[in-house]
Amino acid sequence: MTGLDALSGGFATPALDSARAFRAAMEALARPGTIREVAGAAPPGPLSPAAGVLILTLCDPSTPLHLAGGWDVPAVRDWVAFHAGAPLVAAERAAFAVGDWAALRPLGRFAQGTPDYPDRSATLIVEVPRLAADGARLTGPGIRGETWLSLPAPVEPLVANAARFPLGVDLFLTHGHRLAALPRSTRIG
Amino acid sequence: MTDYNFAYLDEDTKRMIRRAILKALAVPGYQVPFASREMPMPYGWGTGGVQVSAAILTPEDVMKVIDQGADDTTNAVSIRRFFEKTAGVATTTRTAEATVIQTRHRIPETPLREGQVLVYQVPIPEPLRFLEPRETETRRMHALEDYGLMHVKLYEDIARHGRIATSYAYPVKVEGRYVMDPSPIPKFDNPRLKSEAIQLFGAGREQRIYALPPHCRVESLDFEDHPFEASKADHPCALCGATGSYLDEVITDDAGGRMFVCSDTDFCATRRGEAA
Amino acid sequence: MYVAVKGGEAAIDAAHGWLAEERRGDARVPELTVAQIREQMTLAVDRVMAEGSLWDPDLAALAIKQARGDLIEAVFLLRAYRTTLPRFGASVPVDTGAMLCDRRVSATFKDLPGGQVLGPTFDYTHRLLDFALMAEGEVPPARERTAEPGPVPHVVAVLDREGLIQREAEGEGPVPDLTREPLELPADRALRLQALARGDEGFLLGLAYSTQRGYGRTHAFVGELRTGTVTVEVEVPELGFAIALGEVVLTECETVNQFAGSRTEPPQFTRGYGLTLGRTERKALAMSLVDRALRWRELGEDFVGAPAQDEEFVLSHCDNVQATGFLEHIKLPHYVDFQSELELVRRLRREAAEGATREAAE
Repeated sequence: MTGLDALSGGFATPALDSARAFRAAMEALARPGTIREVAGAAPPGPLSPAAGVLILTLCDPSTPLHLAGGWDVPAVRDWVAFHAGAPLVAAERAAFAVGDWAALRPLGRFAQGTPDYPDRSATLIVEVPRLAADGARLTGPGIRGETWLSLPAPVEPLVANAARFPLGVDLFLTHGHRLAALPRSTRIG
Repeated sequence: MTDYNFAYLDEDTKRMIRRAILKALAVPGYQVPFASREMPMPYGWGTGGVQVSAAILTPEDVMKVIDQGADDTTNAVSIRRFFEKTAGVATTTRTAEATVIQTRHRIPETPLREGQVLVYQVPIPEPLRFLEPRETETRRMHALEDYGLMHVKLYEDIARHGRIATSYAYPVKVEGRYVMDPSPIPKFDNPRLKSEAIQLFGAGREQRIYALPPHCRVESLDFEDHPFEASKADHPCALCGATGSYLDEVITDDAGGRMFVCSDTDFCATRRGEAA
Repeated sequence: MYVAVKGGEAAIDAAHGWLAEERRGDARVPELTVAQIREQMTLAVDRVMAEGSLWDPDLAALAIKQARGDLIEAVFLLRAYRTTLPRFGASVPVDTGAMLCDRRVSATFKDLPGGQVLGPTFDYTHRLLDFALMAEGEVPPARERTAEPGPVPHVVAVLDREGLIQREAEGEGPVPDLTREPLELPADRALRLQALARGDEGFLLGLAYSTQRGYGRTHAFVGELRTGTVTVEVEVPELGFAIALGEVVLTECETVNQFAGSRTEPPQFTRGYGLTLGRTERKALAMSLVDRALRWRELGEDFVGAPAQDEEFVLSHCDNVQATGFLEHIKLPHYVDFQSELELVRRLRREAAEGATREAAE
């Protein structure tokens, strides 16, 4: 039974809220290391508002979603079912996944794309305890010279992911109302 | 139908396009297939660019639409009207004031900055298409990074003409990996593919979206002994006197009279101190 | 003094006004109603619905009126409208065996259960202009006969029962939807048939004709051609059964094609299939021939390089809305790319001339 909580916390004006949210997400992914603020979603915990915004903006019945570890709880499931309608699946079948870094690893379980279709890879929404412009050195497309971002530890799976380019997964890092992105094209260290 | 969703497309369609845009940005230069919709304008007239613009527009955006560098060409007018009507966004002809610029065949002369998005209308997104018409084959070539055919073509140009005989839609290699068609911009514009702005490429009929994030490595294909050269007609603009802008040739009479004027009308008007 | 060309906006408005006036034609002649088009231009309406992939005779008639009778333009109008419609679900497969046929002919058997029913066909009309129609006279009602009761079995089922024709496997999984997913090649047969069903009648006609003349010949007999009404049903999960939504007219063609057999299979016939919305008989026939030609790989035949055998060629070029858009876009301004070519050609000629002068001097 879907609780009342599941019915609230969606976008008030979906077309406009999702347009603004997408633009922030796109800018974040196009400029790895930059941190953006997003608004409009109030999902149940442990889902952060930023992760909720990404799910509302990008997920629907055509995008299988994996809830990892502590994020696979009834309140989140009901909220996702009501607001996005994304089918909940195992990591291997997911187009999107959300959870903390420990629960999302190992990354190899997720779709990595194929040489013919590298776009057919999962996008991971990693809930992080801290999000700041310090820590790991990032270079690559979208970055003028170099930049820094607090990446979840251990960082080795991310280094390995970047080494698989053009295959690999793409990540959003979320904390509270803020998000940053780490596409597979970003080189770490 | 009088009541449109914001920016015309339904939300399911926008989400599908938005997902494709993110993957395109994550793999620069790779063409992401997307389920292009039938738009209320013909295929080949900017439906890919229109769908990309519709998926990224916010109510706060200021939009500029150019065709051949000009805001007042008929198809640019038509597309600008479409977004005024369906998204209610503010429009401008000033490059510097715009946040989203949809273009056909040109990159504005005025350098773009962070916060701006340039959306290209693309007729044939596959740079290898005229060398190999089969999608099944070209997909394999991209997968294997097998671009020998393209180099052979360019080399044959040199053998026959003494130089590479491609003057627009000049192929580039992105981040050292994918060969990409920059759309039919003149090769003069190629150096500006390296930009502060996000560049998105939409091909509606061919159902492909691809992208260049800012500061992306974009190299025009060439040979050491025949380096790439961004050429243009060797004239100043007859209206504003600019010597470094791309020019339209205008026939002024039927006795061989001609003049050269900036193709970028906003650039030219701004230089002449006019509000376009 | 030259000034940059302005006035695109005014030109568009003026063009639209003129277009509306031209569409209306001579105002002394009564205006066509949508109902008149729907009732009296039925085959045009059917073609627009078939290639527009939308069953709505009223809107198809409106599209024809708005398009001044340009059927590809009308298909385009209907398609652009269709894209904006929400999807509530997919129907259960229609049962063409239960079709209420008003036309059903077989070229393979002289008589068979259900009989040969000519129906309202042009087939045996003498193509003489009927000047009586100019007088706008009413036609006398056609003779009526009570239809034989019961469903009309598929002709090919007769061959099927004897094992003389190749069995078609049941489709697996959800049917792909060309209008919601990008075309992926190679395509399976369901996707191919879908593309052909909304493909341009003229393009398919030409391709089918080419197979008859030897470009990928498949020796087709019309096993059966039928036109009639079928019921469209949807499953309602809450009810646990399917309910009828309404009826559509379909044309179905199954061809029986020669097949020599192979080392592993005894000789048997194979089939080509065409199914189209409305009374679109030429299209259904052409579709079945092209479908059969495209099946060379699965049937172990040779690819002889015929256009109709080439899946990527056929599927990439059969859509007239795509084709006409791209063809017609070349009338848009190309000043910039043409200028770059001009500049290149002038430079190459200059260099060639300089080279020639140098050689002459040496």
